[in-house]
Amino acid sequence: MTAVAGRRAAGFTWVRFGLLLLFVFVFLIPIYVLLVTSFKPLTEADPGQAWNLPQTWTTEAWRVAWEKLAPGLWNSVLLAVPGSLLSCALGSMNGYVLSKWRFPGADVLFTLFLFGMFIPYQGVMIPLVQLLVSIDELAGLQGVFYGGIPGLVLAHVVYGIPICTLIFRNYYVTIPDELIEASRVDGAGLLRAYWSVVLPVSGPAIAVVIIWQFTSLWNDFLFAVFLTGPQSWPTTVMLNNIAGAQATPYSQQMAAAILASVPTMLIYVLLGRFFMRGLMAGALKG
Amino acid sequence: MRRARTWLPGLLLVAPSIVLIGVFVYGMLGWNFRVAMTDQHDAVSEGKFVGLQNFVDIWGQPRWHLSVNHAIVFTIVFVLGALLLGWLLAFLMEKGIRGEGTFRAIYLFPMAISFVATGIVWRWLMNSGTQERAVGLNRLFDWIGLPQWQWFRDPDWGMAAMALPAIWQMSGYVMALFLAGFRGVPEELREAARVDGCTEWGVYRHVVLPLLRPVTLSALIILGHISLKVFDLIVAVSGKQIITDVPAVFMWVAVFDSNDPAKGATIASYIVLSVAIFVIPYLIWSVRKERRS
Repeated sequence: MTAVAGRRAAGFTWVRFGLLLLFVFVFLIPIYVLLVTSFKPLTEADPGQAWNLPQTWTTEAWRVAWEKLAPGLWNSVLLAVPGSLLSCALGSMNGYVLSKWRFPGADVLFTLFLFGMFIPYQGVMIPLVQLLVSIDELAGLQGVFYGGIPGLVLAHVVYGIPICTLIFRNYYVTIPDELIEASRVDGAGLLRAYWSVVLPVSGPAIAVVIIWQFTSLWNDFLFAVFLTGPQSWPTTVMLNNIAGAQATPYSQQMAAAILASVPTMLIYVLLGRFFMRGLMAGALKG
Repeated sequence: MRRARTWLPGLLLVAPSIVLIGVFVYGMLGWNFRVAMTDQHDAVSEGKFVGLQNFVDIWGQPRWHLSVNHAIVFTIVFVLGALLLGWLLAFLMEKGIRGEGTFRAIYLFPMAISFVATGIVWRWLMNSGTQERAVGLNRLFDWIGLPQWQWFRDPDWGMAAMALPAIWQMSGYVMALFLAGFRGVPEELREAARVDGCTEWGVYRHVVLPLLRPVTLSALIILGHISLKVFDLIVAVSGKQIITDVPAVFMWVAVFDSNDPAKGATIASYIVLSVAIFVIPYLIWSVRKERRS
C-alpha cells in the first residue's frame, strides 16, 4: 500500500469512527430523557427545563411508579417464567425430531410450522378469545383462561412453538448424526438418545430460547390487551394505562417505563451473546 | 413396516405440537375468516353467511381508507429507514473498528425494550407543542435553529414521524444482520477483484453487494411483517386517535368499542393477507434453498 493510500485509509477510519460516535449520541437521546426526567421533582416540570439535568434529584417518581406498576411486574413474572420454560421443552423435542428423527413429510410440516411465526396474531385473536371463553365455561371456571394468566401463557406457548422449534432444529443439525446412530446401535430408543446424547449438549440453544421467549412474553402487549383483565394485566398493559392517564406526570411515566424494561435490559446486558443468536435465528439463518 | 417403526416414535413426540399448530394457527385463521363472512355485527346476532360482503363494504368507510394509507406510509418510511440506517452502521463497522463491541451493544439495546416503553419516551420527544410550550425534540430544534414540527399529529406526514421510534428500535437488528452478511463475504473474493483492477468501490459494487442480497431479503421480510401489523407502538404513542389509525388499531376498536366481531375479523383477515402474500413465497424459497445445500 502506498503512503498516500495509507493516509487516506487512516483518515477514512477516523471519519467512520466519528460517524459511529454521532449515531451513538442519537441512539442514547431517549435514554437520557428517560433517566433525567424520572429523577425530576414536580416543581421542575416546566417545559423550559425539559432537557436540563434535575436541580434537585429525587426518587419520588420512582417510588410512585413502583407502587403503581408492582402488580403488573409480578403478573409478568408469573407469565414469562412458566411460559418460557414450557416453550423451551416443546421446542427442544420438536427440534430434535425434525433434525434427527425425521419422518416422511417432515420438511413440509416444518414449513407449515414456520408460517406460524409470521402470522399477524390479529388474525387468530377473535377465535382465540371465543375458545378461551368456552374452555372456562366447559370447566366451570371464571376468568382463568379468558381474563387470566393461564390463558395468556397458553397463547404464548402455542404461538412460540414455531420460533422455538426453529432455533432448536438449527442447533441440533450441527450435532453429528453418528452420535445418534451410535446410541441407536447400543439399543437406545428415541427418548433415551434424546436424554443421554442430545439434551446434555443443548445448553446454548436452551439459553437462546429461554431468553428469546422471556423477552417476547415480557414485552408483549397485543395478546395481553385482548386476553387479560385488570387482575392479570402484565407490565406492558399497566404501563400503557399509567402513561395514558393525563394526570400522570412525565417523571412517573419515565420511571415506570424504565422499571418495566429492567428485566429484559438486564438479560440483554448479561447474556447479550445468546440474545444475538436468537435474533439471528429469527432471520431464518441457521 | 420396519421403517415405520423407526420414524413413528418421532412423529408421536411432535404430535402435540402438530395438533396445537393445526388448531391455533390454521384452524383459527380459518375460523376468523369464517366470522368475517357473516353478518355478526354485534355480540348477540347468530351470524348469517354473507360471503365476501364485509370485505367489499369496508372500502366504503373513510376510516378504513385512512388506516390503510397510514399503514402504507408507515411501512415505506420504517422499512426503508431501518434498512438504510442498519446498512450504513454495518458498512461503517464492517472492516473492524476500535470499540466495535460497544458500538454494537448500544445500537442493539433498543431491541430489548418493549414498544410500549419506547412509545412513552418518543411521545415526549415528539410532543407537538411549539414555542414556549415546546418540550422534547421541538425544544431541542428551537435551540439549534431548526423548524418545529407537528410530528405524529401532522395530517400528511404524521405516520412518517411515527416510524422514527420504530427505526430507532429496529435498525440495530438490521445492522447485526448486515454485519454478519458483510463478514460472510470471503476475503479471497475481494482480493481477487482487487487483483483484477477493481477499485475499492468496485469491489463493493460488484462483489460484496450482490452477496448481500439474501440478507437484504430476510431483513425486508422481517421489517415488512412487523410493520404491517404494527399496534403496540401506535397505541403507546397516540392511543386510538384517528390521526394515527392503522388497521391493527382499527380492528381493536371494532372488537372492543364497536363490539362488531365480523368487522374486526374482516380487518384481521386483510392484515393476514397482506403479510401472507410475501411471507409464503419467501418461506417456500428459503426451505427449498436449504434443502438444496
